[in-house]
Amino acid sequence: MVEGQITIEEYRTGNTEHSWDLKKIKTAHKVLATYSYKKGEVNKGYANRTLYVNLTTGMIKEKPVTDEMKKKFTGGRGFGLKLLWDSIKPTTRWNSEENELLITTGPLCGTTQYAGSGKSLCLSVSPSTNIICDCNVGGFFGPYLKFAGFDALEIQGKAIEDVVVVIDGEKGIVSIESAPLEEINTHLLSDQLTQMYATENTDKSRQKVSVVSSGLAAQHSYWGCLNFSFYDIRRKVPRIKQAGRGGLGTVLRDKKIKALVVKVERFDGVSNHPADPIALAKVGIKLHREIHNLDRYQCNMRAVGTGHLVEIMDAYDLLPTENYRFGSFPKASKIYSPKFYELFTKIIPDGCWHGCTMACAKTVDGYTVMTGPYKGEKVTVDGPEYETIGACSNMSIWDPLWILEFNFYCDTYGIDTISAGTAIAFYMEMYEYGILNKERCNGLELCFGNADAALELLHRIAQGDTGEFIKVAAKGARRVKDWIIQNSWGEKQLVEDTGMESKGLEFSEYVTKESLAMQGGYGLTLKGPQHDEAWLIFMDMVNNAIPTFKMKAEALHYFPMWRTWFGLNGLCKLPWNDIEPANNVETPEPSKVPEHVQNYVEYQNAMTGWNVTKEDLILQSERCYNWQRAMNVWMGRGQRKDDWIPFRAMGPVTEMEYVSRKERYDKQLVEKLGLSQKDVEKMTVREKLTVLYEFRRGQYKKLADAVYYRRGWTPNGVPTPQKMKQLGFTDKKMLKMLQDKIDADEKNGLNVWGGTYEKGEQLPSTEKRYWEK
Amino acid sequence: MDHPTTVKILKFHAEKCKGCLECEKACSQVHFKTKDGGEKSAIRIVKTDKGYTMHVCNQRGLCLDMCPVGALTRRKNGGVWLDKDICIGCQACVGFCPIGAMRKSDIRIEPFKCISCGSCVRACPEKALELVETSIAKIQQVVYHKLGV
Repeated sequence: MVEGQITIEEYRTGNTEHSWDLKKIKTAHKVLATYSYKKGEVNKGYANRTLYVNLTTGMIKEKPVTDEMKKKFTGGRGFGLKLLWDSIKPTTRWNSEENELLITTGPLCGTTQYAGSGKSLCLSVSPSTNIICDCNVGGFFGPYLKFAGFDALEIQGKAIEDVVVVIDGEKGIVSIESAPLEEINTHLLSDQLTQMYATENTDKSRQKVSVVSSGLAAQHSYWGCLNFSFYDIRRKVPRIKQAGRGGLGTVLRDKKIKALVVKVERFDGVSNHPADPIALAKVGIKLHREIHNLDRYQCNMRAVGTGHLVEIMDAYDLLPTENYRFGSFPKASKIYSPKFYELFTKIIPDGCWHGCTMACAKTVDGYTVMTGPYKGEKVTVDGPEYETIGACSNMSIWDPLWILEFNFYCDTYGIDTISAGTAIAFYMEMYEYGILNKERCNGLELCFGNADAALELLHRIAQGDTGEFIKVAAKGARRVKDWIIQNSWGEKQLVEDTGMESKGLEFSEYVTKESLAMQGGYGLTLKGPQHDEAWLIFMDMVNNAIPTFKMKAEALHYFPMWRTWFGLNGLCKLPWNDIEPANNVETPEPSKVPEHVQNYVEYQNAMTGWNVTKEDLILQSERCYNWQRAMNVWMGRGQRKDDWIPFRAMGPVTEMEYVSRKERYDKQLVEKLGLSQKDVEKMTVREKLTVLYEFRRGQYKKLADAVYYRRGWTPNGVPTPQKMKQLGFTDKKMLKMLQDKIDADEKNGLNVWGGTYEKGEQLPSTEKRYWEK
Repeated sequence: MDHPTTVKILKFHAEKCKGCLECEKACSQVHFKTKDGGEKSAIRIVKTDKGYTMHVCNQRGLCLDMCPVGALTRRKNGGVWLDKDICIGCQACVGFCPIGAMRKSDIRIEPFKCISCGSCVRACPEKALELVETSIAKIQQVVYHKLGV
């Protein structure tokens, strides 16, 4: 194993090398449209314009970023929402002509001094949920897009043949070019385009190119992800990070985009032209030192990345196994982080943007592919991150090499490891119950642990296999639920309760059964069940720090708002709380990591020259959070019924699950539901399940009540015009739409609390139309 | 590729130092064309209860593996060198230097460090500084990445 201090030029990955006739591939390009623009400088974090590309008409133009837009939407995901609002209709679906794919940056994006400052925010109408999905992703594309001259890239329309969109920040030219000969799968395509568009044949030149691509499976599935490249001068490969959730890669391929390419002429530590570069460097260095001193004693991100979570989740019964039936498993130690540590290459900075010393982007180099079209090739596998490992434990796959295999193919085929893993785990459970079988699964033996079959499913999806199961399976858990129910193969309630999706999107990889707040963290969300709005399990379940509905609601207000803020600025959340100052536990609110919040206040002020407080940061988020919820309402969703989650997320669905944690559940029947010990002993498991089922569903409804109230929404979860005005919005179309919706809800009797409240229990509010006061 | 096997590092004879800081002034002249010394100097002389101590890069090279763009290399003379035209100012090397010898001045975003040029040695009226040759293999250090270490 290489132990470091090797000369950069001399490092070898041992990967299979490819020799392509890149000249021929490039000559086959036809330029379909071009646009020359005046290169400009970024000022205080903003390029002050966005780029619009229409693939149907070939129109390419700039749009100005106004001060008003910065004030209301800040940047990043906020800009994405604003641009979508101006361009799509409430009826727009993922494959509509007018649907857009947005890649945005944010005022802090591209900073090199503060760890985690290279995130791009991607938005589109999702095939899985039919509402806006936003994803944040690392890689160089976002920072380079800004340094090439644009705060956001907005792509509308569809091409008629495969194209690449190239933003050449060196020459100041944007072009749409047909691209018939390139590969589609990312690990090859990204390499081809990086080499093709680098100005010189050097690694330093290749490092100034970034590619966004997807893969073959994205075009046949709703799980399509976007791979963002970041060229590694040591490994000499474009590595990748994924905007995974919600099928944005599916949208990319539906638009017939093979890839987006951006390149910059040069950039340095002050290309963002911060208002106060000295203050910015100081706060950045302080964090670097903190990571240097403490990471090894805290998360050990620099050694194993987010994989350190596997053993913690297993220990706390939170690691999803066998489709979230259990939270720990006897074989789990086979996939603890030391097992992956053995496989990772250990010499390299490993940040997905320059200067990120959290360095969680681990890779395995020279991995020998075991199945499929690339069998026998040696490749670099980016990851696995915790979520990918969790997706595999969910399928009961306990071999690190098979996890790498799954990771590699999901990435190169352009599909999301989380959605794919969670959905396949559900198919496996249905297989175990005989609801699905080999025949119904087009010959696949999808039982728990059959990694070979899971991979075969991926290969068939990538090939465009037309088997009925393959086609519906590729659309995810929601569609398979409907398909099974239509065919009357299984009891409807069991199918609904076990398929782990909400709003049509699959859950990410945490067991939430024992944390009501975290159930809300997954269900009461904008885009669907993911872990980037709130992660409250330890606070709620382990430390019991937020016992009441009101306290949980406060947490489900503050944390989603706080975490949204990262997406408005082009930042990664990990350096906020995956490293903590040594004295953090002694602060009044350690879960907020107050010193780091203050860092971010100083950071945004140093960049923009504003004079914001920590309350202002929350206000920035609250504006965009409510705006996105309002857009969901506008598109016919974003209401109480859409925030429901399957019972598997709330508690035990099957007798086996109950029995496996009998002591815990029996105790709760006594302590929380007030049954007598004697009665509990007399009850059958089925009876106990039924009682628990009703209780926990009731708890979730009350939680939703409390959260909607705290967020300033109606009892049906609709943001009110009063709230929007209070946040500074005056858009008449938006305000009227919300008022009309609330009036319609009133007529339909939907403006009522969802929970059933006993005597002595407090409703969030007893006033009718409390939001008007 | 030929790699240097030795490097010159600064040796400090504390008993000779009188704290005139001529070395710092000479160093800031090299890096920033000013005789200010202090935070513009890669070598710092610090007064303690027990006399003077020197604070400067020991050329172990832990920072080499930290640089995301390859701006840090060992030059032919073995010294660890920062190419400020390649540097993108991320300060990772500054934050991760175990002895704080990679420095950041407010003048520019790119850090700076001792390049073993000997200016300070020549400037010292007391002959308290000396450049001594040592084997790289003996001193080189690798960025930590071991589990729990």
